[in-house]
Amino acid sequence: MDFSYTQEQQMLKESVQKFVQKNYAFDARKKIIASEEGYSKENWELFAELGWLTVPFKEEDGGFGGSAVDLTVMMDEFGKSNLVEPFTPTVILSGGLISTLAGNDQKSGLLGPLMEGKLQLACAYAEADSRFNLSSVSTTATVEGDQVNIEGGKINVLNASNADKLLVVARESGGRTDREGISIFLVDSDSEGLLIQPYTNVDGKKAAQVGFASVSIPLTARLGKAGQALSALETVVDRATVAVSAEAVGALEVLLQKTVEYSKTRKQFGSPIGTFQALQHRMADMFIECQLARSIVIMAAMKLDGSDSDVEKSKAVSAAKSRVGKAIEKVGQEAIQIHGGIGMTEELDVGHLFKRVTAIDIQFGNSDYHTAKFASL
Amino acid sequence: MNADFTSEELAFQKEVRTFLESEFPLEFRTKIDANRRLSKEEIICWQKILYKKGWAAPTWPVEFGGTGWSQIQRHIFATEMGLIGAPEPVPFGMKMVAPIIMEYGTNEQQKRFLPDILESNAWWCQGYSEPNSGSDLASLKTTAVREGDEYIVNGAKTWNTYGQYADWIFCLVRTDNTVKKQEGISFLLIEMSSPGITLRPIVLLDGHPEVNEVFFDDVRVPANNLIGEENKGWTYAKLLLTHERSNISGVPRGKRRLGALKRIAADTDDGFGGSMLENSSFKKKVAEVEIELRALEYSELRTLAALSVGKAPGPESSILKIVGTELSQEIDELFVELAAYSCLPFVPEQFEDGFQGVPLGPGNSAYAALNYFNNRKASIYGGSNEIQRNIICKHVLGL
Repeated sequence: MDFSYTQEQQMLKESVQKFVQKNYAFDARKKIIASEEGYSKENWELFAELGWLTVPFKEEDGGFGGSAVDLTVMMDEFGKSNLVEPFTPTVILSGGLISTLAGNDQKSGLLGPLMEGKLQLACAYAEADSRFNLSSVSTTATVEGDQVNIEGGKINVLNASNADKLLVVARESGGRTDREGISIFLVDSDSEGLLIQPYTNVDGKKAAQVGFASVSIPLTARLGKAGQALSALETVVDRATVAVSAEAVGALEVLLQKTVEYSKTRKQFGSPIGTFQALQHRMADMFIECQLARSIVIMAAMKLDGSDSDVEKSKAVSAAKSRVGKAIEKVGQEAIQIHGGIGMTEELDVGHLFKRVTAIDIQFGNSDYHTAKFASL
Repeated sequence: MNADFTSEELAFQKEVRTFLESEFPLEFRTKIDANRRLSKEEIICWQKILYKKGWAAPTWPVEFGGTGWSQIQRHIFATEMGLIGAPEPVPFGMKMVAPIIMEYGTNEQQKRFLPDILESNAWWCQGYSEPNSGSDLASLKTTAVREGDEYIVNGAKTWNTYGQYADWIFCLVRTDNTVKKQEGISFLLIEMSSPGITLRPIVLLDGHPEVNEVFFDDVRVPANNLIGEENKGWTYAKLLLTHERSNISGVPRGKRRLGALKRIAADTDDGFGGSMLENSSFKKKVAEVEIELRALEYSELRTLAALSVGKAPGPESSILKIVGTELSQEIDELFVELAAYSCLPFVPEQFEDGFQGVPLGPGNSAYAALNYFNNRKASIYGGSNEIQRNIICKHVLGL
C-alpha cells in the first residue's frame, strides 16, 4: 500500500505548478477567456513542449503511457488554477477515442499532430434529449456507397469552434437508446452542411451547438467497426469522468483554502469572522468534503489502473463522480456564503472556481445520475 | 500509488480469516446476527481465545505481550474481525488505560496491571465525564486529596460504560484547585470494590442500563495508584485521544451491516408488491451510503499509509470519527425505514438472554429502533463530533 506520488508524478505536478505560477494569474486567465478562441495558443504550444499532451497515450502510439492516477495528478493542478485550455475535449476524450478505436493508418495522421499541439479536436456526443445517457443517440449516419451522410444535432460540444476535426457519435442502426448501432466518425470542421454555433459556458470554456444537415463524409472516416463504438465511448468517458473529478478536487481545495484565509482577515463585529463557531464548523465540514472527495477519486483512479472487472471499474467511477458532485455543491455554495457579497462578484477568483466546479458537477452526469448508475451496476 | 497488500500481508489476511472462521464461536456469531448482546462471560471467553492465540492485544508492543504488528497488519486484523462480526476487545483496559500505563506508569505498575488486562482477568471502566463536565472535560470537579500514603477521593463520574462489570476504574481527578483547570488534574487508578463507591445504573433510550453514574464518598486510594506525576493527568489523557483514532471508522462493520440491510430489503415488500431493495427512493439511499463508505474506506487507507511510513496520526483523523459515526447512524436510519411499523414495539427484553416469550418480528425488526436510539451516542462520545470539528478548525485550518 502506497499513496505517495512517484518521482515522475511529483515532477509532473511541479511542472504544472510552475507553468501556472508564471502564466496563469487571474488577469491573464480573464484575457484568455475574452479572446475569440477562448484558450491560449501559446499555452497550448507550451503544453506540447512540456510533453503534457502525451500523458494519457500509450507508448506504442508515441505517448507517455500515463496511468489514470498520473492523469489525476495533472488534472488536480489544472483544477487549482481553473485552467480553460481544452485538454479534456482534445486530449482525453477525442484522443482517447482515437487511441481506442482508430486503425493504425488513421492513428498515425492524428495522434502525432495532436501530441505536437498542432491539432484541436472536439467530441460531439450529447444531444438535446440524451441528458447523460451515452446510448441515447438520435443523430443518424447513413451509408451511401463509399460515403456516409450525417443528419442531426449535438449540444454543448466543448472546443467545437476551435476544432480542426470533430468526433461525432451517430447512429447507423437500431432505436434511439439501443446499445448496438452507434458509430463514431471523424468530421472535418469545414465540411459542408456542418453548422457550428459557438458560445461560452458558465465556466468560461468554449462550447457550441453543432448541427448536421446532410453532412457527407467518406466511409473511411469511421473509427472502428460499424455500430460498435458505444463500449469504447463509455470506457473513454469513464476515464474522462475521473479526470474531471480530480480537477474538481483541486478546485474545491482552493475554494476551501481561500475561504479559510478570507475568514481570518475579514472583520465584523470587531472580530475576524473565522473566530465565529457558526462559520468554523461549516469550514470544518468543507474540509471533510474535500478529503472524502480526494479519497474517492484516488480510489476510482486506482481501480481504473488495476485489474478489476469492467463493471467494478464503472461502479468505482460512478461512486467517485456521485460523491464529488455532492462535495461540489457543499463546498462551492459554502465558499460563496462565507465570502458574502464579494463572493458574488466576477472580481474574485472564488466565484469563477464555483462556476467551474458547478459545470464539472454536470459534465458526464451529475450526482443523482451516477448514484442511480452505481445502484444499477 | 496503489492500495494493494504485499504477498506477506495477503498471507496474514488469510491466516486471520482462517483463524476467525474456525475459532470465533458459532453461538456468538449467531447471537450477534440476532442482535443479542454478548454477556460479560462470553466477551471474556472470546478475549481469552484471542489471548491463547497471542492476538489479544493487536496494538501493544511485543515487550508487554502484544503482537507487535505493523499498522497494516492491525488494519487487516480489525477488518477481518469487523467483517465476521467478532467483537473488538473492550476498549477501556486494552486501548485506553494500558497505553497510558505503558507510557507513564512505573515498572511496578506495568507488572501489576498489564498482564491482567492482556489476559482479560481484570475489567476496566472509564472515569472521565462528570455530571457537569462533558465536552469541557477539564472543568471536572472530583477531588483527590493526599493524606499520607493515600488519596481521599470525593465526587461523581458519569456515562461510565459497563461499570457494573468492572474491577477497576481509571479516573481523572482534581488534585490542585489553585491553578489553570488543565494543570490541576491527575490520573488515578481506583479499585471498584473500594469502600465508598456506589453505582447508579442509567437506563438509555433502548431500555438497557449500559452506563452508570459512579459516586465517590471518601474513597481511600493508595498513592501508588497514581500514574506519572501529580497534576500531569490532562497531558496523559490528551495524548491518548490522538493515539486511538485509528480503526475508528467502522468501515468493515458498516459493510457487514449494509449486506444484512440489503438481504432484508430484498425480502421486504414495499407495500405495492415490489421489494424495498428495488424501491427507487430506498435504493438511492442505500447507494449513497455505500458510496460514502467507499470514500471513508479510502480516507482511512490514506491515513493508514501515512502512519505506516512513520507519520504521527494527525488531527485529520478526526474526520474518520465524524464521518464513521455519522455514517453508522445513517445505516441505523435505513434499518428503521426498512422495518417501518415493525420497529415500533418496545420489547428490549426479547433481545436479552433468557427471554421465554414469542419474539415480535419479522426477524430483528424490533431491534432497529432500539439500535437507532442507542447509537445516537456515537456522535456524542469520544469527543463529540462538534469537538472533533473544533479540533479540525484549530489544528488543520488554523482558525
